Amino acid sequence: MGPELFTPTLYETLFPAGISRYAVGGLLVGLGAVVIYLGTGIAAGASTFLESTLSYVSELERFQQYRASRDWRIVFTLGIVAGAFVYALTFQSGLVSSGLYQPGTTGQLREVGGVTLWLTDVQPWRLLLGGLLVGIGTRIGKGCTSGHGVCGVGSASKTSIIGVITFLLVAIVTAQIVMALQVTP
Amino acid sequence: MNGRHPLFMPLIFVGGLIFGFGLGFSHMARPEVVLNFLQFEDFGLLFVMGGAAVVTGLAFALVPRLRDRAPLTGDTYGRRLKSFDRNVLIGGSIFGVGWGLSGICPGAAYASLGVGNVTILWAIAGMFAGAYLQGIWRSRRARQETTPAGAD
Repeated sequence: MGPELFTPTLYETLFPAGISRYAVGGLLVGLGAVVIYLGTGIAAGASTFLESTLSYVSELERFQQYRASRDWRIVFTLGIVAGAFVYALTFQSGLVSSGLYQPGTTGQLREVGGVTLWLTDVQPWRLLLGGLLVGIGTRIGKGCTSGHGVCGVGSASKTSIIGVITFLLVAIVTAQIVMALQVTP
Repeated sequence: MNGRHPLFMPLIFVGGLIFGFGLGFSHMARPEVVLNFLQFEDFGLLFVMGGAAVVTGLAFALVPRLRDRAPLTGDTYGRRLKSFDRNVLIGGSIFGVGWGLSGICPGAAYASLGVGNVTILWAIAGMFAGAYLQGIWRSRRARQETTPAGAD
């Protein structure tokens, strides 16, 4: 799919940064999940890590039920952090470039020892409060953007499709209200 | 660790590595980009979740037909199916408010740390606190339901 399929103005309005970095990134996210699935049969999500890691410090049954998977979930999360750092070392730092990758204009870039780090402008209170609600909601709702959104939708699970539609609609309404209240950044 | 295939952990790490690289490359690790999507300024994020779900969808449909068991665990290949109840709607709504306020979700938050965004530790701390609070609440409620009369 390319710009020629749309009138240029509509395409630029909907996708001001193009689609290739999004599509390539999404395919890689799916590929990462598939690599784990092929080897282990596990359809992994990112948010169970929160509760499984809490089983190290709390005896609550709610957390202890994830005891068997808590070690590999830490390894999965460390892999995600490391993979994003490899991206930071290469494309984000400009060491590698590609026609499929368009750099962004958001946030702050900071050079530290030859690596370009990226920092958000979004205020800490929004991150903390939003994170708190995400942490509560993902565990009550049985999944997050990766568990429901990637593995659940990929499984054609009705529960996951309903879950994704629910959090997507509520997130859009919330973000629109935040914008209308002129909370920025 | 007993009984686990020696390649189990390395494979989980490599899967996470590709997953996290993709989140960085797609800019989904940047809260601003997620907020721009939710505020209808850039719809590109549809291709991140869509692209990822297409890849997993193909694998989940094809792999169980080609092989019975996963080589590193001996487990049968299944799909990710969870039962539906009103918690999916309640939890999904709470998640949605948090996602819409902050632009951050769990996987993207871990990846955001990897791209250098130390500020995201606020969100990760919030997520752990949220997961802990719901665990406390739900455990307490489950206990009250099983022992109705004056339990602790």
